[in-house]
Amino acid sequence: MRPRRTALAGALLGTLILAGCGQTGTTATPSAAPTASSAPASAAGFPVTVEAGNGKVTLAKKPERIVSLSATHTETLFAIGAGSQVVAVDDQSNYPPEAPKTDLSGFKPNVEAIVAQKPDLVIVSNDIDQIVAELGKVNVPVLLEPAATKLDEAYEEIAEIGAATGNQAKADEVVSGMKTAMDKLAAEAPKDKKLTYYHELDQTPYAATSQTFIGQVYGLFGLTNIADKAPDQAGGYPKLSAEFVAQADPDMIFLGDVKCCGQSKDTLAKRPGWKGLSAIKNDQVIQLDDDLASRWGPRVVQLAESIGAAVAKAGAKS
Amino acid sequence: MAAQAGPSRARPLWIACALGVLAVCMIAGLLDGAADISPWQVVLQAVDWLPFVHVDSGLAPVEQGLLFELRLPRVLVAAVVGGLLAMAGAGYQGVFRNPLADPYLLGAAAGAGLATTVAIVLLPESGASIPVAAFLGAVGGVFLAYTLGNTAGRSGGTATLVLAGVAVTSFLTAIQTFVQQFKVEELQRVYSWILGDVGGGWDQFWLVLPYAAVSAVLLLLHGRMLDVLSVGDEEATSLGVPAARVRLTVLLAASLATAAAVAVSGLIGFVGIVIPHIVRRLAGGSYRVVLPLSLIGGGAFLVLADLIARTVIAPAELPIGVVTMFVGAPFFVGVLRMTRRTAT
Repeated sequence: MRPRRTALAGALLGTLILAGCGQTGTTATPSAAPTASSAPASAAGFPVTVEAGNGKVTLAKKPERIVSLSATHTETLFAIGAGSQVVAVDDQSNYPPEAPKTDLSGFKPNVEAIVAQKPDLVIVSNDIDQIVAELGKVNVPVLLEPAATKLDEAYEEIAEIGAATGNQAKADEVVSGMKTAMDKLAAEAPKDKKLTYYHELDQTPYAATSQTFIGQVYGLFGLTNIADKAPDQAGGYPKLSAEFVAQADPDMIFLGDVKCCGQSKDTLAKRPGWKGLSAIKNDQVIQLDDDLASRWGPRVVQLAESIGAAVAKAGAKS
Repeated sequence: MAAQAGPSRARPLWIACALGVLAVCMIAGLLDGAADISPWQVVLQAVDWLPFVHVDSGLAPVEQGLLFELRLPRVLVAAVVGGLLAMAGAGYQGVFRNPLADPYLLGAAAGAGLATTVAIVLLPESGASIPVAAFLGAVGGVFLAYTLGNTAGRSGGTATLVLAGVAVTSFLTAIQTFVQQFKVEELQRVYSWILGDVGGGWDQFWLVLPYAAVSAVLLLLHGRMLDVLSVGDEEATSLGVPAARVRLTVLLAASLATAAAVAVSGLIGFVGIVIPHIVRRLAGGSYRVVLPLSLIGGGAFLVLADLIARTVIAPAELPIGVVTMFVGAPFFVGVLRMTRRTAT
């Protein structure tokens, strides 16, 4: 299911950027295969072939009219310096502010509206309504980079988008920066305390297990996820029983439904049977940024930082 | 005719039986749940809640809280909502003399769905507005269907009314889908609501109770009238029963019951059509039996469905609407087969 490692033709060739940037990565460092003719520095090795979620995608030249239908990938594009190539992003892409937000929908993609942007590359995270095949019919290259389930996948996707847009070097730099920051956070995390946590996606209450991307981020901090008791067939995002959460009585509660649904320590305390929870009494309800908590782009470092800070605080207290 | 003579004598027996089943379901619902508490401790805790008795159940305060604040009201809400939906279904079936009528066919659910979606989209901050919106929407949906049916079919024929309900349902659902497109990020909440939820605690229970009481009293009082109505409007009028007024009263009471149920718990399908059918199969067609038995049986059914929803993949949970369909349908077919065999 997951896209394999980027196979790119000579994207690194002739660039002056240090190959050493990617040194921390073992698997994520792209294996550069030189093309027959060495490309000039600016046009950086196009044509390029990227192994994405929809198979091999070949771009004849550097895309200059990119449409992103995924908020995560919009963030990535701007972080790796492809921002100037982006002509339109979907209605959920609210970061960075300068992203050319349109009313294009990533949930219900409209092929004609996308084509009207005259894209030479469309990036999606979900093949809704066979959007990849539909755009293929009109010869628009599509890069499908599905939701990452592991940090390594997130890194790979950033590298792949870098390769496809001609920003390989900056993408590698971003990835290695992320890795360094994440390693540092993980190293600083207090490991002696076995704290339990509950990460809430919405108030009904849906949670995320350790099998999910967000669960992996928490995994860096040596926390125990109460949602992991849910059976596999409930998926990585089980709707938990409210009484189970109450009984599990997690040390920390992270809310990913603050912006969308106005959840807070106070609203949790008003839920039936929850007001005695230790996380509420001990002030360990952490309001996360909804967007950070649901995207697997470069800003995942900021999410990890806020989790790390909360864990450090909780560790110091107990 | 035989169906009317028999049940009146057997009626207390049936009702006692049904209450017994309801009690068993509710106790089971209280004993088991996603939290790992032994049934014995639940029993001790329940005894402890009784006045003037103190027993140490050995449960932590959080666990006591979850039993009293979560599990107990949840069982009660499921019983009330299931009872309301089944009783409303029986009422609609009596009014329209159509065994396929149910709260969801007549625009109530679609009206509530539309109003809820609009509330979620326009007032994302206030969760309190959702029950009110659902209530108004349910009443509005039925009113629309009723008005349309009455103007289209001059005689107020029941087939016209049901068809009007179908048309109104389609139309309102289309508007709802249209509105949803403007707030795609709220889709999850709308879907959660559509699949039903009875885990709202005591607030949810106190919210639904007065409407439940009013509609139940109104409907139960009209059982005999509905029996008379079932021989036909003209005959009923000649017997001194004001057919039009009875029909309107029962319709309003059933809509009130539906609206109250939908408002607190979202859309829980299947109960309103299946339970009255099962009741008729077992205890005969008199509405003096069908209405109270539907009320009790619907409650028992939904308590059981909710118990399954929250234990079968615990600590994860299934939406209750999925369980009512999934468990209800085969059960329904089983009852149909069983009673057909004994009837012939």
